[in-house]
Formats: sequence, C-alpha cells, structure tokens
Amino acid sequence: MFEAIGTLLSSESLYTSAFQLSVLFVFAASGEWVAERAGTLNISVEGMLLAGAFGAVVGHQWVASSFMGLAVGALGGLSVAVVHANLSHRLTANQFVVGLALNVLVLGLTAFLDGSFDFGPARADVVRLPLVADVPLLGEALGNRPWPAYLAYPLIPALWWAVFRTRWGLEVRSVGENPQAADVSGIDVNARRRQAIYVTGLTCGLGGAFMVLGQVGTFQSGIINGRGFIAIAAVIFGGWTLRGTVIGCIVFGFVEALTIAIPANRYSIDPFILDAAPYIVALTVVLAFAARVRAPNALAQPFTRGLT
Amino acid sequence: MSKGENRKSLVARFATRDTGVAIGLYVLSLSAAIFVSALLVAATGGSATAVFDALLDGSLRSQGAWGLTLTTSAPLLLVAVGTIVATRAGLVNIGQEGQLLIGTCVAAYFAVRVGGPGWFVIAVALLAGAAGGGAWAGIAAGLRAWRNVPEVLTTLLLTFVAFPLMTFGLRQSWLLKDRDTERMNQLNSGERLPANANLPDLMIFGNSIDSGFFVAIGLAFVLTVMVGRTVLGSRIDMLGFNPRAAQRFGVSAGPLSAAVLIGSGATAGVAGAVLLTGGAASDRLVFGFSGNFGWDGLLVALLARNRVMLAIPMAFVFAMLRTGSSFLAATGVDRKMTDVVQALLVLALLLPPALLFIRDRRRSLAPSNLAVSSAPIAVEVS
Repeated sequence: MFEAIGTLLSSESLYTSAFQLSVLFVFAASGEWVAERAGTLNISVEGMLLAGAFGAVVGHQWVASSFMGLAVGALGGLSVAVVHANLSHRLTANQFVVGLALNVLVLGLTAFLDGSFDFGPARADVVRLPLVADVPLLGEALGNRPWPAYLAYPLIPALWWAVFRTRWGLEVRSVGENPQAADVSGIDVNARRRQAIYVTGLTCGLGGAFMVLGQVGTFQSGIINGRGFIAIAAVIFGGWTLRGTVIGCIVFGFVEALTIAIPANRYSIDPFILDAAPYIVALTVVLAFAARVRAPNALAQPFTRGLT
Repeated sequence: MSKGENRKSLVARFATRDTGVAIGLYVLSLSAAIFVSALLVAATGGSATAVFDALLDGSLRSQGAWGLTLTTSAPLLLVAVGTIVATRAGLVNIGQEGQLLIGTCVAAYFAVRVGGPGWFVIAVALLAGAAGGGAWAGIAAGLRAWRNVPEVLTTLLLTFVAFPLMTFGLRQSWLLKDRDTERMNQLNSGERLPANANLPDLMIFGNSIDSGFFVAIGLAFVLTVMVGRTVLGSRIDMLGFNPRAAQRFGVSAGPLSAAVLIGSGATAGVAGAVLLTGGAASDRLVFGFSGNFGWDGLLVALLARNRVMLAIPMAFVFAMLRTGSSFLAATGVDRKMTDVVQALLVLALLLPPALLFIRDRRRSLAPSNLAVSSAPIAVEVS
C-alpha cells in the first residue's frame, strides 16, 4: 500500500499532469476571482474556457502560429464575457440565467461548428526554462512545458497588483463589498463589474487556448468537461483570496492528476471513486471552508442605482 | 363600480402602448434568435428552410409526432415546475440533471424489486423517484443550512458525482445491474422493468400520449395554486424577495428554503421516474439515461420567468426541438444545432424584460417625473 503510494508520488508524469491541470485552473480561477471580488458569481467560466479552446484551433488554423491561437482564444473567451457582462450588468438580466444560457450556447455552438469544419492539430512548442527544468522530480513539470503554460506565472502577481495596488482594483473590490457606498463616491458600479467579467473572459480564453495548444492538441467538445465549475470551487476554497485560490487550483489539479495516474500505474480503485473524486474533494473542501471565510459582501447581488 | 367599467379598465390596462412595445420587443428578439440560427445553418452549408421543415415534421406534422412531443414535454415540465418554485424562494438550483438521474436510479431499484400489481409498481417508482431526487437535492440543502455553502455550487458539483455513482450502481448486481444471467449484454444496463409497470398511454388520433404528461400538467396546476393562492406560496415569495424581511414576518427561512430545494429535487426525481416508467427511452435503466432532460428542464424554468403556467408552452417548445431534431439527420445538419437554437431562444427571451425595466427606470428618473421632489431643492438654491 505505502509502496504503491511511494511509486505514484515519485513518478514525474504525475507532477506534469498535475501541473498542466493546475495551470488550466489557475487561468480560469484567477479571472473568476476578480469577477467575484467585484460581486459577480460568474458561472459562464465553463463557456468562456470552451470558447477559448475553440478560438485557439481557429486562430491556429488561420495563421498556423500558436501565438495567434492564444490570441484568438483570449478573444473567444472575451466575447463570451462581453455578452455576459452587458446582459447582466447593463441590462439587469439575472447573472445565473445568463451564465447558464451562455454555457449551453457555447457548448452547442462549438460542437456544431467543430462538426462542420475540419481543424488540424494545434500545438504549442515546448520551451525549456534553464535552471527550473533541472530541479529533480518537479523540474519537468515546472520548467519543460508548452510555452503558454508559463503565462500563468506572471498572471498571478499581475492580477494581484491590479486588484490590490491600483485605483481600478480598489474600485473593483469596493463594488463587490458595498456597491451603494461605491456608487455614492462616484464609482460606476456596473462598469467595474463588467470590466471584472472581461478580465475573467480574457484569462479563461487563455486557459481554454492552453488546454488545446498545451495539452490536448485538438478541439473536442468535451475538452473542458465541467472543469470551469471546479475553478469556481477553487475560488471558494481559497476564501476569495488570490493566494488561497491558487492553492486550491494546485490541490484540484493534483487530485485530478491522481485520478489519471492511479489506473495508468495499474492500481485498481473503483472507477466510480476516480471519476467522482475531483467533485467530491471540491464539495468537501467547500464544506470545510465556506463557513470560515467571508465572501465579498455583495456577491451575486445585482446593483441598480436608486434601489436598495 | 359597474361590471362594464371594470371590464373596460381591464382592457385599458392591457391594450396600452406599453403592451404593444413589449410584444414588439419579444417578437423582434425572438425573430433575431431564429434569424441568427438560420444564418448559422446557411453559413455551414445547410438549408435553413429544410431544417425548419424537418423540425416541424419531426415535432408536429408526421404520424404520431405531436403525441410524442407532448410525452417528451412531460419530464421537462416536471423538472421546470420544481425549479420555478425554488427560484421564487430565491434559490438557485442548477443540479436538476443529477437529481433526475439519482431519482431514476432509486425508482429503478424499487420498480424491479417490489412486485405486485402494475399501478402499485408505478406508484412506488414515482415515489421512489421523488425520494431519490429529493435526497440528492437534500445534500445541497443540508450543506446550505449547516455551513451556508452556496447551493449554486453544491447542486452543480453533485450532478457530476451523480453520473459516476449511477455507473457504479450499474456495475453492482446488488444495486442496479441486471440480475438476469440469461441475457448476454449485461454491461452498463439495468434490469428490465416488469411488463405491467408501464405508465398507460392515451391514444388520440393515432397519437399516443404517455400519462406522465398528465401527471406533469396536474402538478403544474397544483403548484400554480400553491404559489399564487396559499399562505405557503406567499411565504416562498416573501423569502425570495427579501429573506430578512420574511424572517421578521415569521417565515423560518432556513427550514423553508431547505424544504423548497428538496421539493425541487423531488420533482426532478419524478421526472426521471416518469421517463423510466413511460418506456419511451427504454424499458430498463441504461448508461446515459438522463439524456439532458435535467438541463433542458432547467432552461425551461428559466425561460418561464418564475411563472408555473408559462412553463407549459415553454416545455412544449423545447420538446418540439427535441423530437424535431431526430428528423435533422436527413438535412445533413448536426443535431447540436438544436442546442444552439435553445440557448439563443433563452437569451432572446431575456432581453425584452430587461430593456423594459431599464426604460421604466429611465422614465421614472426623467426630470418631468421628478418635478415634485426637485422643487424644494430649487427653493433652497434660490
């Protein structure tokens, strides 16, 4: 038993696949974190990721460069965000309804278009980071990845800086905590909330594009497969802090990697437990952490000026 | 006030310019959605009119089609009515797919084991479905009550647990797996329901309508009365509008919202049981049984904008897209197209009320309407 765990934990491939999935979660969850700090419980993450993935194959097909794939992927995520933000924070439609409808729309649309067009493989080059890649056991995972993965490293401090060290970030946090007060002090509440959703769209677009360019290599309509919702769970896991969110992403990435690694190493655990594991872990973790941390005060509450 | 005046005022209330604008907006946004769908079909080399024809043939025009469509609308409606009540209570339950699946599993477990006359087996199956779906939603309700975990997330995550759980059950003969050793292909398939455990069909003009449809319609009427005419209904509404105020008025927010969430899971479970005993899909539980009825039922509920009665036509439209899509293959257009149409319809129906709300607000904030309140300020300035 312990020997088995030891073999598992000492295999480089476990860490690589954990890292790959964590990167996807970091892209999705860090953007989601910004939106939630601004007061939107954005559930269209799944759709944004899928749009990003689809954008990546389209972009790659168009110019045959992984950079273009990434850029079009980000645009794909952003376009979902624009629809979501304007419907829910300009036209006051219910954010959950909009998010859910967009998830269905993107899933149907990408599957439909994918069936109608032929896309070739789209992969990004693996870039070896000097030094980092030489670390034993973890080096392969951290420093020898397809290059879009490395965007996740600067993304985290960049978002931290934007949210905690800029005027814009202060305003974003204030509309998530007390929109009435923010409104009175001259902040356009719904504009900040829309912008926060655009950030989610961009990072999720990158995440989806990474999933294609750095992991799968083609588009499949099941490529995201509910992982966007795990990213939302990661934000709650992190107690609406960026640090905690990133830790949550790593935990969930690791759990999902284990569900792949265990059968690959011929250890038999009932596939039910393996398939359900990420979600059960997410549930337990949310259960353990939800009461202890404080959510943004106005999370998921729409704001209309003059109405309280 | 005389009766005539009353009627006049009623007409006057509905025949205003505002109603015209509202209807116009709905027509406009719906045709925009249909236009975009047609554009998509055309852009991918299909013929939009052929697709439209095929959808109508499959859902209404061909032999026995509209009966099938009505039958298909039953589970959608069942899922939707429960969701609507939950939404009215301010709950966001988006895990109907999982609740439906677990409800079906529990219903199947009991249906193949109880024995007895057909009506008894059916009743047990429906009740077991309700219990299963309710219990699955009950986990989310419990977590919400106990640790204040948002039910948006838990209901959804539980859906992803429900799928592997069903697969697990289908591999264990003490749970759901077919115990009939004679049968060759037992993998991922449940035991055949007893022959008498089939919901009776009603034949009208060569259309067979499953009695599950009448169960759904009946439940819709009961819930309409419950929501609009009873103390419980107004308590639920109060809870949805302002939980804190509701608590002040003596509504026990925690237990009531838990009960409503469990109830909405139960209707999803009944939908699963109706699917199972209706026999339209299969006479046994099979892998991938739920066929997205939970998700689509949720969309129906969202479209009905919290009105139980509106869910009936919405469920019918969605059922039309479902039964119609089986005729799409002949046109060479992917069935996924119907998902796109559904989502576009949802988005299109979101727009008009939002636009009207904004217009009303602008109007009430316009200077002419604020004259009374701005007068004292003007005095102060002078």
